[in-house]
Amino acid sequence: MRQLIAKRLIQTIPLLFFVSVVCFALIKMAPGDPVMSFVTPNMHKEDIERVRANLGLDKPAHVQYWLWLKELLKGNLGYSLVNHQPVAKLILERLPATAGLMGCAILLAVILAIPLGLIAGAFHNKWVDRIITFMSYIGISVPVFWLAILLIYLFAVKLDWLPSMGMRTIGVNSAADVIQHGILPVSVLAFSFLSSYVRYVRSSTIGQLREDYVQIQYAYGSIRRVVLFRHVLKHVLLPIITLLGMSLADLVTGAIVTETVFSWPGIGSLGVTAIRGMDYPIIMGITLFSALLLIIGNLLADVLYGYADPRIHTMR
Amino acid sequence: MTRSRSVIRELVSSNMGIASMVILSVLIVGSALAFLSPHDPNHLDAARRLQAPNAGHWFGTDDYGRDIFTRVLYGGRVSLLVGFASMLLSMAIGVTVGVVSGYFGGWIDNLLMRALEIILSIPSFLVILLLSVLLKPNLGSIVIIIGSLMWMHMSRIVRAETLALREREYVLYARASGQGSAGIIFRHILPGLVPVIVVGATNNVASSIMMESSLSFLGFGVQPPNATWGSMLNGAQGTLTQAPYMAIFPGALILLTVLSFNILGDLLRVALEPKLGRR
Repeated sequence: MRQLIAKRLIQTIPLLFFVSVVCFALIKMAPGDPVMSFVTPNMHKEDIERVRANLGLDKPAHVQYWLWLKELLKGNLGYSLVNHQPVAKLILERLPATAGLMGCAILLAVILAIPLGLIAGAFHNKWVDRIITFMSYIGISVPVFWLAILLIYLFAVKLDWLPSMGMRTIGVNSAADVIQHGILPVSVLAFSFLSSYVRYVRSSTIGQLREDYVQIQYAYGSIRRVVLFRHVLKHVLLPIITLLGMSLADLVTGAIVTETVFSWPGIGSLGVTAIRGMDYPIIMGITLFSALLLIIGNLLADVLYGYADPRIHTMR
Repeated sequence: MTRSRSVIRELVSSNMGIASMVILSVLIVGSALAFLSPHDPNHLDAARRLQAPNAGHWFGTDDYGRDIFTRVLYGGRVSLLVGFASMLLSMAIGVTVGVVSGYFGGWIDNLLMRALEIILSIPSFLVILLLSVLLKPNLGSIVIIIGSLMWMHMSRIVRAETLALREREYVLYARASGQGSAGIIFRHILPGLVPVIVVGATNNVASSIMMESSLSFLGFGVQPPNATWGSMLNGAQGTLTQAPYMAIFPGALILLTVLSFNILGDLLRVALEPKLGRR
């Protein structure tokens, strides 16, 4: 087991290196001169060149990359071109909002998906299954921004039960207020996660119910509910672990659209604003950060899966 | 071609399959015939602002007085066109990478799969957003951006399938009898890949359409005044209180289109891959 983790960790290092090269290259392709965001109208040409030299932008691309990488390893992701704040600080400031949103959505989705998937699988091709399956089709096909707009119209405009924008009411600082703001975005995200989880649980339930151990349980006189929730559940949880590991990767990108619709002050909306304004240090920071999460997520999924299913050890 | 007949039988035997095909046909014909509409999709008319659906404007008019029904049809053109074109591009890349990697193996496979891992480690939605700002967003560049970043999943499936096909007796025989690699790939491997390619292509159209809509919704896609379903929804946000119908129709059409492609993809999977069994 330890070997597996060590091996995967070592594989991660070149991966991270190449990812950083690609990020850097993508940004270098960008039109426009980043120096211009530091230039004021009454600056002389020499001043502008001095700014350029200070930023290291007069050097060839590979030297710039090394300088950037050195700072990166010290935890310095650079400074925003718009408000000159350190990028790492901007990302960390927004992390709780995004993590809270995604965490709640994923938790809610898993809690609902397990019973729904088990039931659909157990009543394979019956009407309950058909309804659940159809709902999960809708869930993977519905544009999240449209669902968000419809919910805003219903709950914020028509019924006026919930706020439609932001994370806090100005001047109010309470957890209840944040929760109230979070209900709609969490529901929208949870619905889209839920659907793919349900499909997963359902198809592995159908597979499990064909296994011998289920037949044996029935032969011993177990009732369906017990077989389902005590025995099949254990085997179905395994793929869920992998799904959870992979959803760490969605942490940032999965929330981009939802955060934008609800003006949720998270990393996703920070990213969209940065891309609109070509604030490249922020874009680079967020891309690297989510790539890191994605790699860690896959690593975690592999490792957890290895713990849960001992057969994996010998396979690698 | 008994197989294609049995596939058609499978699609027609399911109510959902028939419904999906009818919906898609209506949409394709409707958007192709959009020019028959008496309204100009981009004609501004302040006098007709924000009319609720009525006999003259079936889906109502938007905040610039444009006919929503006509705009939805023109938007459908963009969505379907971008969906199909990006699908073709990403299938071309995905199948090529998968077949080359799976058939030749060795260092080529190693190189391609490591490269794939790197690409998969960079969140593609961020890159797509970034590229659509860097390149001037128009139909062509959006197709290239979406198509060139949504092939990775396909190439993994194709690679795995090629690995299995390569060991089949008829392929081994063809190789032993001295046929060149290109001949074997085109004559023996690609035909065997048709099922996974058809299923993958159907699902890929769905995700490409979704991607285009998300881009347009965020304002990074096809630029106004040209209608797309995503950008119409973006516009609808501002007038949600007065004109909720502006939001309903474009979104419902995205849902119906993507839903139909997803359902067809799954039905095709069942019909074409017998080993899956009837799930």
